[in-house]
Amino acid sequence: MRDFDYIRPATIPDAIAAAAEPGSAYLAGGTNLLDLMKGGIASPERIVDISRLPELNRIERLDDGGLRIGALVRNADLAHDAAFAKAYPAVAEALLSGASAQLRNAATVGGNLLQRTRCSYFYDTASACNKREPGAGCDALGGENRLHAVLGWSDACIATHPSDFCVPLVALDAVVEIEGKEGRRHVTLAEFHRLPGETPQRENALEPGDLIVAVRLPAEAASFAANARYLKVRERTSYAFAVVSAAAALVVDGGKIRAARLALGGVAAKPWRARSAEAVLLGADANEATFASAANAALADASPSGDNAFKIELARRIVVRALTSALAGTPERLPALPASPFSSAPGARHDA
Amino acid sequence: MTSLPITLTINGHRHELEVDPRVTLLDLLRERLDLTGTKKGCDRGQCGACTVLVDGKRINSCLALAVSHDGADVLTIEGVAHGEELHPVQAAFIAHDGFQCGFCTPGQIMSTLGLIAEGQAGDDPERIREGLSGNICRCAAYGGIVEAVLEAQEKLATADRRAAA
Repeated sequence: MRDFDYIRPATIPDAIAAAAEPGSAYLAGGTNLLDLMKGGIASPERIVDISRLPELNRIERLDDGGLRIGALVRNADLAHDAAFAKAYPAVAEALLSGASAQLRNAATVGGNLLQRTRCSYFYDTASACNKREPGAGCDALGGENRLHAVLGWSDACIATHPSDFCVPLVALDAVVEIEGKEGRRHVTLAEFHRLPGETPQRENALEPGDLIVAVRLPAEAASFAANARYLKVRERTSYAFAVVSAAAALVVDGGKIRAARLALGGVAAKPWRARSAEAVLLGADANEATFASAANAALADASPSGDNAFKIELARRIVVRALTSALAGTPERLPALPASPFSSAPGARHDA
Repeated sequence: MTSLPITLTINGHRHELEVDPRVTLLDLLRERLDLTGTKKGCDRGQCGACTVLVDGKRINSCLALAVSHDGADVLTIEGVAHGEELHPVQAAFIAHDGFQCGFCTPGQIMSTLGLIAEGQAGDDPERIREGLSGNICRCAAYGGIVEAVLEAQEKLATADRRAAA
């Protein structure tokens, strides 16, 4: 690991001023940044340790019924907050399906939004990667790419965003609260992450020095609590990134869908909000035929970026299954393996 | 970069140290303090061999800068037993053949202590398996570990009930 200066600012303005200098990187939980630094993928000259900044580790109920989650709240603490899990069960389910208990105890809400892709060519500094080194080319194209993007990819980059947490968040219209040199601003999570286009190295809406201070959920997000699920499929039942995942949330009245939210993970460079599928769902009968139509709409623009055509059909089936699970109702207690496709009932065994 | 002063409480003992900011908690424990029970496996947060409790919570010490944990309370495998008396989790690992080789076992035991403290697994074997899935080993002791966790939890709960009575 190359040498770096270490700064632990006491205030948010001090942190922003320090991080605005070229070569700076914020450190919070460190679970992704230190991994990248050990691999030589990131080599900041200055670490700005924000892990002790005051007032960023709170979960606050807002007067308008919304929720404000401080950027330094740990993933495990958020998922195990009983009131949070009750109001936003799909978000808790996504958090608990991510990484391992050790990592969830350290990783933060803000850091989760900024975690880098797990594309193996990005991680291998001997490979060409436009994201790591703009203009270098992309060895994932034509390489081992069965887990790469099927939506929103470009010839410059076919990597996917690895977050589970962001998938239900984008479905529930989460907003990122950012403090920068020009003051505070709000960006919807849907607009926060960028598609690769010709500039895959630019992954989000942050400018130098910008600090994520909180993630907000609007009041309406809690209205889906009774029928919301996150379904993640991966190559083993725990501690792996998603091959495909889906967050589905419904409001159903008299068999009709009164409100619907759907987002996919593991399919694109950003958490993928499926608005065309939501349009199919809205006002329709809540049944499997509707869910199949929604799944087709969600993947209508999908195309393989390599050996990953299977992900398109897999994603369709995951959408149907997530919607079916959401319709069945949120379980009182999340299953032992919250993301396992085999777990549908509280405390279900994955081999049952 | 010059070294920075930090204070850590490790297994109940206070240490005042000067550390290069690049030093991880794992390397500090092993290389500076000779607490080699905590193991360096993958060194990238993937295997769990370096698991320690920091302020009561289990983390991967390989992905923790020591300087960032200034003031923390750290428990390592060396601080788990009471003198010659094994902790119930350690005893249960022996009783149920949950020992892997010395490389993975300390992390498994520290992770088990964290799992029990978190109170999320209860007596559900599937939750225990999920809760310990950050500790990866191929030595096939997993079945014994689940039995050990179930027994240790019961013993600790009984001890708690006696203490409360």
